[in-house]
Amino acid sequence: MAVTAAPAKPQAARGEPHPIATLVARRVAAGFITLLVVSAIVFLATQVLPGNAAYAVLGRGANPVRLHALERQLHLNRSIAEQYWTWLSGLLSGKLGTSLANGQPLWALVEPRLVNSAVLVFLTGAIGSIIGVALGAVAALRKDSWFDHITSVTTLAVTSLPEFVVAITLIILLATVVSHLLPAVSLLPPGTYAWSQPRLLILPVGTLVIVIVPYIFRMMRAAMIEALESDYVEMARLKGVPEWQIVLAHALPNAIAPTIQVIGLNFLYLAGGVVVVEFVFNFPGIGQGLVFAVQNRDIPVIQFIVLVLAAFYVVMNILTDVIALLATPRRRIAR
Amino acid sequence: MAVEASSVPAPAQAKDQGAARHPWLRVLSTAARTPRGAVGLALASLIVLVAIIGPFVSPGSPDALATVTFVKPSGQFPLGSDFLGRDVLSRVLNGGWELLLMAAAATAFGIIVGTAAGVSAAYRRGRADGFIMRTVDVILAFPQLVFALLLVSILGPRLWLIVIAVGLSHAPQVARVTRSATLDVTERDFVKVAELQGMRSSKVMIREILPNLISPLMVEAGLRLTYSIVIMAGLSFLGFGQQPPAANWGLMINENRIGLQLNPWAVIVPAALIALLTIGTNTFTDAVARVTLGVDRLPEEAVLTDDLGLGRTT
Repeated sequence: MAVTAAPAKPQAARGEPHPIATLVARRVAAGFITLLVVSAIVFLATQVLPGNAAYAVLGRGANPVRLHALERQLHLNRSIAEQYWTWLSGLLSGKLGTSLANGQPLWALVEPRLVNSAVLVFLTGAIGSIIGVALGAVAALRKDSWFDHITSVTTLAVTSLPEFVVAITLIILLATVVSHLLPAVSLLPPGTYAWSQPRLLILPVGTLVIVIVPYIFRMMRAAMIEALESDYVEMARLKGVPEWQIVLAHALPNAIAPTIQVIGLNFLYLAGGVVVVEFVFNFPGIGQGLVFAVQNRDIPVIQFIVLVLAAFYVVMNILTDVIALLATPRRRIAR
Repeated sequence: MAVEASSVPAPAQAKDQGAARHPWLRVLSTAARTPRGAVGLALASLIVLVAIIGPFVSPGSPDALATVTFVKPSGQFPLGSDFLGRDVLSRVLNGGWELLLMAAAATAFGIIVGTAAGVSAAYRRGRADGFIMRTVDVILAFPQLVFALLLVSILGPRLWLIVIAVGLSHAPQVARVTRSATLDVTERDFVKVAELQGMRSSKVMIREILPNLISPLMVEAGLRLTYSIVIMAGLSFLGFGQQPPAANWGLMINENRIGLQLNPWAVIVPAALIALLTIGTNTFTDAVARVTLGVDRLPEEAVLTDDLGLGRTT
């Protein structure tokens, strides 16, 4: 932690740094270091370990001349540290290199996928959060009613389902065997983005929403029950505050604070969850791109996508922590 | 932990060591007698039974090309045929045990590595703690499925590699849970006494600390097992697990979904088996958590106290 404490020092000279500012600075610095280590691991793992990228592309019976040429093209003949530096500085300056599978520039290949996946993730996050919070709040208000029991048991069952089972179930029900209301695959014409055909988004988003809602629901329900039984709600009741006002002004905001962290964790989950769901629906996002790249052993693409997913993970983690910190007065003091 | 401390009664089995020889067995049997636990255990056992006994009662060979493709269910082929004309029932009966074995092995590996890391981080403190927990942060930055895909992309789809990859991706969460539990235990008198008696630190960790981690570990193992099944089946579904022509529930779903209109049972049955299995293990774990934690606490809720992560990152 000695390294990460450094950014907070200049502030200390001017007076007491705000404890939250220090904490945020620390988290950001730690996140940055984590990401740097992650990039080194991704690089080492894919570039150096068994044989090398040139072998992976050309196969075992590779012609030595072509092997050497490709090795030079990929800078495999230089030292590992040099290779890593070339790769990392290339990434930072926007020169991402080319795909090994078809020689296209990497950015042109990945950019539309990134946009499509972002649409998928944020749409899912928004819809899932709203549904989860609403259902959780209602279940808590009607604790031990039939609504509460049914939603609680259903969500417990659904939390454990693999995404592709949910996806296949939706396809069977809505797109093939039972009815044909929606398209079973979300193939986008090349050059178009996901929002141009909202119909194609319904099933992938629906699948991911079903997967994340139970977690948000369960957290929201528990937090809401705790809030409704708290002293300040009791106090408000004794003062004669109307019940709807107690729910909206006192219980709900206090229950949402801890739920935000679970919502954040679900965004983290989506970084991995998109892989399977995009594959099922043939949705052209980075998850599907990763699967294709692994199938083709297209190492530059694998490196880049894994790094993007890890970066998303680290950034969302920091964001979640900071928001949760700001939303819960207790925790601001506790640390 | 501090917030909840007053409402969480200390796990009963940690105190009365003389009462039962295997207190964790008592926890399991108590959990199995709750409605939730009974349903979960019954479901999970049923599917495990299908997977284990399946190969012995399979009516035909899972690999024989018995008929034409995507035949509807009939007397001869109760679940119809798959995309190559193989008997779906035989493939279903043969396609579970390897998946289960790999999931169990990955869980065991993750629990062992994670516990070793978590306990030694908490017990040794200082630099070891810092190093282990930073490593945990780094591994956590990879979504679990992506971590496995990264390893598979390097070495190819080898089964032992997948077990290690999935196990390793569990280890950070397990390490976090055991670390925080160990921090509590090390403050207790019996650990101090053992230290004063000059017991070696490795012995203190195994003899004195580990037995007190059983209840959080049971819940954790249940969660990890569920996630292992989900990830293993997911990898097979993506085509990076067992390779064709192997019979595997995850792989079957992917192979046969092109024929959903013709013979949906080739997809529905393996999907239902995986779903019932994960619902079973998860529901039983939930029951165990209720028994050991004593209150209606959710695994997700513990996130707030840094005990547990969501972990469900496939």
